Amino acid sequence: MQELIDSVFYPAFSNPLLDQRHDSSVVDLSGLRLALTTDAFVVSPLFFPGGDIGKLSVCGTVNDLAMSGAKPYFLTASFILEEGLAKSALKAVVSSMRKAADEAGISIVTGDTKVVDKGKGDGLFISTTGVGLVAPSLSIQPRNVEPGDAIIISGDIGRHGIAILSVREGLSFEQALDSDCASLNSLVEHILEESKDVHCMRDLTRGGLAAAVNEIARDAMVGIEIDETAIPVVEPVRGACELLGLNPLYVANEGRMIAFIKRESADKIVAACKNHPLGYGAALIGRVTASHPGTVLLNNGIGVSTVLDLLSGEQLPRIC
Amino acid sequence: MKYVDEFRDPSSSLKLSAAIADTVSRSWSIMEVCGGQTHSIVRHGLDKLLPDSVSLIHGPGCPVCVTPLEMIDAAIHLASRVDLIFCSFGDMLRVPGTNQDLQQAKAKGGDVRIVYSPLDALEIAKNSPTQEVVFFAVGFETTAPANAMAVYQARENAIDNFSIVVSHVLVPPALHTILSHSDNQVNGILAAGHVCTIMGEEEYVPIANQYGTPIIVTGFEPLDILQGIYLCIKQLERGQANVVNQYSRSVRRHGNTAAKNMINEIFEVVPRSWRGLGKIPKSGLALRDKYSEFDAMRKFNIKTIPAIEPEFCISGQILQGLKKPPECPMFGTVCTPEHPLGATMVSAEGTCSAYFKHRIPLGECSAI
Repeated sequence: MQELIDSVFYPAFSNPLLDQRHDSSVVDLSGLRLALTTDAFVVSPLFFPGGDIGKLSVCGTVNDLAMSGAKPYFLTASFILEEGLAKSALKAVVSSMRKAADEAGISIVTGDTKVVDKGKGDGLFISTTGVGLVAPSLSIQPRNVEPGDAIIISGDIGRHGIAILSVREGLSFEQALDSDCASLNSLVEHILEESKDVHCMRDLTRGGLAAAVNEIARDAMVGIEIDETAIPVVEPVRGACELLGLNPLYVANEGRMIAFIKRESADKIVAACKNHPLGYGAALIGRVTASHPGTVLLNNGIGVSTVLDLLSGEQLPRIC
Repeated sequence: MKYVDEFRDPSSSLKLSAAIADTVSRSWSIMEVCGGQTHSIVRHGLDKLLPDSVSLIHGPGCPVCVTPLEMIDAAIHLASRVDLIFCSFGDMLRVPGTNQDLQQAKAKGGDVRIVYSPLDALEIAKNSPTQEVVFFAVGFETTAPANAMAVYQARENAIDNFSIVVSHVLVPPALHTILSHSDNQVNGILAAGHVCTIMGEEEYVPIANQYGTPIIVTGFEPLDILQGIYLCIKQLERGQANVVNQYSRSVRRHGNTAAKNMINEIFEVVPRSWRGLGKIPKSGLALRDKYSEFDAMRKFNIKTIPAIEPEFCISGQILQGLKKPPECPMFGTVCTPEHPLGATMVSAEGTCSAYFKHRIPLGECSAI
């Protein structure tokens, strides 16, 4: 996917705003600093423990805005419905979107609907655009990341991916596992009130923590080191990953973020996160270095460092 | 987590690492057979805990790597049929065939589905009675009992729209091929713990004796692998060549009798082609005649065409430990995990993929 984006989309659309390669683009318009983002949601199944495609679409879009330091205001929502989708399912999704929007303090202000033939749509696809405002003094983007920065994570990883798998594959665990799907804008506000020493933020989505740190390492051309034993993983996620031969670092999340922060301010920001309901599991997990720019190293408990690469394609359970 | 955390204990790993360094007095090359062991070595960086004189050769125990090109092509042919649901383990989807892979066949409209077990494929067949369902039955002895059970249950429940493409391989004949090669570099072997959970350790005794090679039945966690290497080095230093079971929490001397009986009921031993190693006698499994109606190749009249491997791919020599990936001119340039040219780069357990992850010098890491 990254190769497709690099070889087809970026060259075709290249401009100084797009080329910053952040989750949303911040544009100066008539004295306002607008943040714009767009996303599409194709998750299957439509409903999963802890959420649904509707909640995901609102939270995911809000998070992309929040990662630029923007206060989210408005969303658009366009729906592609597969013929035969039950009205009750659509109503449930839409109601969930309204609830998520109210919780995030945003409004869905325009939309569109299309219907495709049965077999052409996997139930329901949702596409969104989000608009927010960024404070004049704020610049939060990959190119601000510098050697010496600390890396913080807001909580434990892997819940969303395992929750999805549990429904898709019919796995049931002793302890029910909900997706971590959540809007992170209030946590981001809380962090920025504590300190302005935040250089970059990124929410963890498909591809997990590994994808997020690799993207920043590449976009900022810095080296990153992650301490494996510092990464919080709850027991049910660990157990599911062991069972299926998955690495939690690559499992999807939808309500977690990482922040790259001036080292001196890292400890107080972790403490501040822990005072917020969405940041109670916050932890310091690594650092930025000038060495091996573009590459992420994982320091494990045995004192060995290995390269934490991007995966080619989806992570798949191994045969035996 | 029980049976996981104890076997990943850092201080015990470092103690074993020190014990290996204290024991070794010369250079040794040890082959870990199983792709799962290779995966663990790469993931935990275990090779970095070994002295320079101990080198690891990643063996051919990666089912993704050794499935012959013509079987991949046959699978793609079946997967491209409109009247058929083709089920496979996920990591087979990206293995390159002659012209494309299963993932590309899926993108072109083939109904290709990832399953975690052959019994999932059987369930799909049961729920889709008007469609043919084919399962790609690859793997070593580890996955053979489950594949056998799927056929057994299909017969018991009269599910006649289910069949399998069989490409099973057996470990011991491959070890003979490797150890008897004139350029063999392997001094000691870590046998595949889960293969031996099924088959036991007895069939490795004649191999150890014939080639004077110690064989340690080894598990998959860091402590298992380090202990396996330690036990192997101890024997090598003493000039011994015995079979020792390190993975005793899973492996019994005679293996799993019920599983072996199920394999014997459904399958028979046949010659089999291994990608990169060529045809090895008595090294594969095929359906017995009495279960031939479940043979997808026969059912759909698929004749395999001998496929020609890309001439620049040296996967075969790598699988035998005769060459290392950096010796391949395509390694890391034309051939990468994003664009694999051969099977050893496709699988995360393949040697080339494992080496690709260590492509930068790691001398400058700040302290934890």
